[in-house]
Amino acid sequence: MIFSKTLLRRHTVLPGFDLALGLTLTYLCLIVLIPLSATFLRSTELTWDQFVEVVTSPRVMASYKLTFGASMLAALLNGVFGLLVAWVLVRYDFFGRRFVDALVDLPFALPTAVAGITLTGLYSANGWIGQFLEPLGIKVAFTPVGVFVAMTFIGLPFVVRTVQPVLEDMASELEEAAATLGASRWQSFTKVILPILMPALLTGFALAFARALGEYGSIIFIAGNMPMVSEITPLLIITKLEQYDYAGATSIAVVMLVMSFIMLLAINGLQAWTRKRQGK
Amino acid sequence: MLFSLKTSLLRLTAVAVIASGLSAGVQADTTLLNVSYDVTREFYKDYNAAFIKHWKQTTGETLTVNQSHGGSSKQAGSVVAGLAADVITMNQATDIDILADRGGLVPANWAKRLPHNSSPTASVSVILVRKGNPKGIKDWVDLAKPGVSVVVPNPKLSGNGRYTYLAAWGSVIKSGGTPAQARAVVEKLFANVPVFDGGGRAATTTFAQRNIGDALATFESEVPLIKAEFGGDYQVVYPKSTILAENPVSVVDKVVDKKGTRKQAEAYLNYLYSEEGQTIAAKHNLRPRSAQVLAKYKSAFISIPTFTVDEVFGGWRKAQNDHFKDGGIYDQITASGRRNK
Repeated sequence: MIFSKTLLRRHTVLPGFDLALGLTLTYLCLIVLIPLSATFLRSTELTWDQFVEVVTSPRVMASYKLTFGASMLAALLNGVFGLLVAWVLVRYDFFGRRFVDALVDLPFALPTAVAGITLTGLYSANGWIGQFLEPLGIKVAFTPVGVFVAMTFIGLPFVVRTVQPVLEDMASELEEAAATLGASRWQSFTKVILPILMPALLTGFALAFARALGEYGSIIFIAGNMPMVSEITPLLIITKLEQYDYAGATSIAVVMLVMSFIMLLAINGLQAWTRKRQGK
Repeated sequence: MLFSLKTSLLRLTAVAVIASGLSAGVQADTTLLNVSYDVTREFYKDYNAAFIKHWKQTTGETLTVNQSHGGSSKQAGSVVAGLAADVITMNQATDIDILADRGGLVPANWAKRLPHNSSPTASVSVILVRKGNPKGIKDWVDLAKPGVSVVVPNPKLSGNGRYTYLAAWGSVIKSGGTPAQARAVVEKLFANVPVFDGGGRAATTTFAQRNIGDALATFESEVPLIKAEFGGDYQVVYPKSTILAENPVSVVDKVVDKKGTRKQAEAYLNYLYSEEGQTIAAKHNLRPRSAQVLAKYKSAFISIPTFTVDEVFGGWRKAQNDHFKDGGIYDQITASGRRNK
């Protein structure tokens, strides 16, 4: 109460801060905190040594590497191409723009299992794309590359949809001004546009990354699930659940949660830093 | 606009009143919930209709039987967590044992309550090969040969995969081999697996649609579906001996005693053993246990030497513990098999 009062006396236009804050905290508790703490509690059924053994076994370690590595790469790729897509959608008017715009959201809506089956069908040795890659010695389906492809597919909308509104608000006069002041195209992109887009781009990146980490439904079909090679961490959680080892499953989940939380926190910190640098 | 809204509201109320009257009528009848695994949907749909008719004729009571299907251990987990299943029908005893272990929903001796280990139906693990059997696969040991590629669903995730593993292991033991020899065969066999799908149907897709592997290990009950779905470019190989995959059933005692549906639930399971129940099972490619019904369908269910999990592995609990738990033999051989490759 006291802390809310000190907070709210400063700058609020709208009344009802107490109520709004109360509701927010209650809602967050119900939807996020309680399920998460239940997860943590479940994992405490194991002793510390058991916990460490479960979460650091070679197979689990191999799965962290794949899951976090592929998620990171997929989010990076989406960062680059998501920015491009958003740029094209905002800055150019062309026939079918609305259609392309709607297309971007489809990975959101498609049930993940369908995405997985479709991607596997495309990239397996006899699929539309796979048949051309196979002679080149490139295998996508049933390899870690397949995991990366699936993660890229599901992550794209996040970057586009976070960057797009910022880009829409950004007046193209800024670029023109930069040009009249003698900046090259590359300079105006790196010195003017990118810094403004950076916070949104980082948010999109973080979202795409987090989404890829938790993805199970589509990856399971395309990964091939070879022990030590193409097993993602969520799969190992499911295998534990199949053995009714709920404590073991939640232990791995807790490790994943903590690692993701740290990484998301770092990304948020980076975001705050870029904002500050812009003097906002 | 307002007027039409009002009339439609009135109509809606009328419908609601009628519906509630109807549902009050329905509620008087008994409802059973059968919690089952994934691929029994069609079988139980037919069986439920037959049983409801039979029950109506013998007792006059109108029954409703609801079905719930999903991955077997997820289904069993839901029952443990409180899903009010009157009966549970699975394809592996472990998924009913868990009900005894967690919360005592069924007694520990549940498997002794009905004939054939409480398993009214069964299937066998067989090998499906491409037309003409180009790799000359005749038995489980052939799948362990170098240069052969076999699609098996992940034994950590799928009962189908676990049965395949146990079939290969047991066939070595049955032909006079030692456990060490069995382990060597299984190790080589699993080193030949190019893709570990999450379940039997996904493995079928990999084999039939993606054209991966020389062979697919699956249940006999799946073969007619595969042929219907993907055409006849496949042939079944019946190995020298294989595992009998029993499909156990049980009444969930805590639930039926609370709901007062024990009589109906027990009758529901008992009727699975009747001639009609066994015939419906046979039509859905599940091996009937009744000798008469089996004789009638003997062309569909080729006679083959089988062994059970109890016989060779000392029961599912022991098999699960020795082979499939984390760090068990399956984990050991898959890790070393990959390294040697």
